Amino acid sequence: MSELRRPGSRRALGWDSIIVALTVVVLIIASFAVENFGTSRNFTFLALDLLPIALVALPMTFIIVTGEIDLSVASTLGFTSALMGTFWTHGLSIETIIPLCVVIGAILGAVNGFLVTGLGLPSLAVTIGTLAFYRGLALVVLGDGAVADFPAAYTGWVTGNIGGGSIPNVLILLVILALIFGVILHATPFGRSLYAIGANAQAAHFSGIRVARTKFWLYVVSGAVAGLVGVLWTLRYSSARADNGAGLELAVVAAVLLGGVSIFGGKGTLPGVLAGVVLLAALQNALRLEDVSGQALNIVTGVLLVASVLLPNIITSIRTTWQRRRLRSAAAH
Amino acid sequence: MSNSTRRRVLAAAAASVALFSAAACSGGTTRDNQGDAGAAPSSGASADPNAKLKEGIKMAFLPKQLNNPYSDVETSGGKVAIDELKGEYKLVGPNDASASSQVSYINTLIQQQQDVIAIAANDPNAVCPSLKQAKAAGINIVGFDSDAAKECRDVFINQATTQGIGESLVKMANELAGGEGEIAILSATPNATNQNAWIDVMKTELAKPENSKLKLVKTAYGNDDDQKSFQEAQGLLQSYPNLKVIVSPTTVGIAAASRYVSSSSFKGKVQVTGLGLPNQMRQYVKDGTVKKFALWNPADIGYLAAFAGVALASGQITGAEGEKFKAGKLGDYTIGKDGEIVLGPPTEFTPENIDQFKF
Repeated sequence: MSELRRPGSRRALGWDSIIVALTVVVLIIASFAVENFGTSRNFTFLALDLLPIALVALPMTFIIVTGEIDLSVASTLGFTSALMGTFWTHGLSIETIIPLCVVIGAILGAVNGFLVTGLGLPSLAVTIGTLAFYRGLALVVLGDGAVADFPAAYTGWVTGNIGGGSIPNVLILLVILALIFGVILHATPFGRSLYAIGANAQAAHFSGIRVARTKFWLYVVSGAVAGLVGVLWTLRYSSARADNGAGLELAVVAAVLLGGVSIFGGKGTLPGVLAGVVLLAALQNALRLEDVSGQALNIVTGVLLVASVLLPNIITSIRTTWQRRRLRSAAAH
Repeated sequence: MSNSTRRRVLAAAAASVALFSAAACSGGTTRDNQGDAGAAPSSGASADPNAKLKEGIKMAFLPKQLNNPYSDVETSGGKVAIDELKGEYKLVGPNDASASSQVSYINTLIQQQQDVIAIAANDPNAVCPSLKQAKAAGINIVGFDSDAAKECRDVFINQATTQGIGESLVKMANELAGGEGEIAILSATPNATNQNAWIDVMKTELAKPENSKLKLVKTAYGNDDDQKSFQEAQGLLQSYPNLKVIVSPTTVGIAAASRYVSSSSFKGKVQVTGLGLPNQMRQYVKDGTVKKFALWNPADIGYLAAFAGVALASGQITGAEGEKFKAGKLGDYTIGKDGEIVLGPPTEFTPENIDQFKF
């Protein structure tokens, strides 16, 4: 709320700026201190690892900014991956399957959107439900089998680099989508309306913003992006499986919150979120290169997350105390 | 949903249907018309059987998941072998048994310029592209426990062949029955692939002259459920009072049957054998219910994988059929079809040796 009252003045010290700076610092330190971190091949690996999280985080940021959440994204991904395998074994062409999977993802998102906005159910409960439901559907479709013989031209493109260099092809997709989402969120009335909804949905409604409709479409977009990532995931690992991407929703929400988006809505920026994604992925990559065990990786991620919730609060309370003291001393004079 | 929203949803749906039906008509890449792009490039390298095993080989083990007691024993064998060969041993792996998390570890190992990666693949195909990258970077790949797609690894350590297990089960049953009498099988589910393959081999073995006095009276199914297996063992002994041996080719079944026999009046009269885990079977071996059972020794899998890996990295073998190499205490091995190396007959556990095995 304070951000709405005094736009601009907090920019320099916002949590998102701190995270962007921290990410840059971590990348620089890791490049010097961690052997093999700063190589072009490692950049490729890092980019491929963070891509699914970054893509799903784009619509997730929008949803969390409006004060809602979508925990079903990883299950949507798994379901589209399972469908992709089934369609492929049934002889559909890959050029048909890819748009079909995106559309089915959008439909799954629309189901979430309808339950949340049409029936007015809490999004946390709805998407925990569809998290289980969609994953269950995926298992019904493909069972515990796997489909692997996707065309090499497509799997090769997803794992390949631009012109044989070190920039992965799929990174173009991320850059384009990130630009679109970024412009919409930060430079359009629609983007501003999302913050208004997150700050106070009722006030937003009375000031003419169509709250329910907006949220509905955010869920549709979230589902479509999850469907697209399901396709990319399947092609990257050349393996359509019902358990693909299990647990990804937590990595995404973690990155979004770490990037400075408030879980209560109304606050956060896309650059902050992308920095959060890069920070988590880079830390994991660097620690793995240093042979730090998986459990320790989880601890680092956990501590960072708690810190990302705790530190902004501490900063705010210190600032308020300091302001109050200044006001008091000004009044005394 | 307002009316206009509904209209827009319909419009979007219609547009997308049009989109992919257009794509469908245009005739794209389907499963049937895609070119044969999967052919693996054959390695041009040739093996030098006299090459000395190199010291200082960096070999990393990547099991399905860390902190799994079974794979811990497998990789511990790898460490022993790498220490014998004066190489550098490393153990990495994900906390969850998912294919995608193994890929990140393979990528890390490529970056760290390991000489050999030994992998128990969670998904034979999902790890394939990054294993290919590893091979392109000059890293040798040894599959163990659970194979990766053939074109992505150099050799695979097969813990046991179907034939070897079936033979070993009948041999133990014959010894325990004293050469003649009734035996019964307590299997997992009626459609369990592994168990049925072993039982088929057992039936062929039982038809041989040396086993002609053994009579298989029934194959019961405990569905790999402890309670059901317990009840089935009970049922077998009530229906066949002259039964001499219960053979259970599943770790759940053998443990449940042993528990029943050890607590019943049949203890000492009826023998239980089959495939079991030493830790689960120890008490029944100690109390005399079980004289002998078998399983491959997981530590030997890792041990053999390490020797195969170092032999690959030293140029002694390339993974082609017929190449031979020496694997320390396990002796000589020959690479079979598709780069498979069979560990050998299962290890038999007896009251004398069971305390050496902790898994």
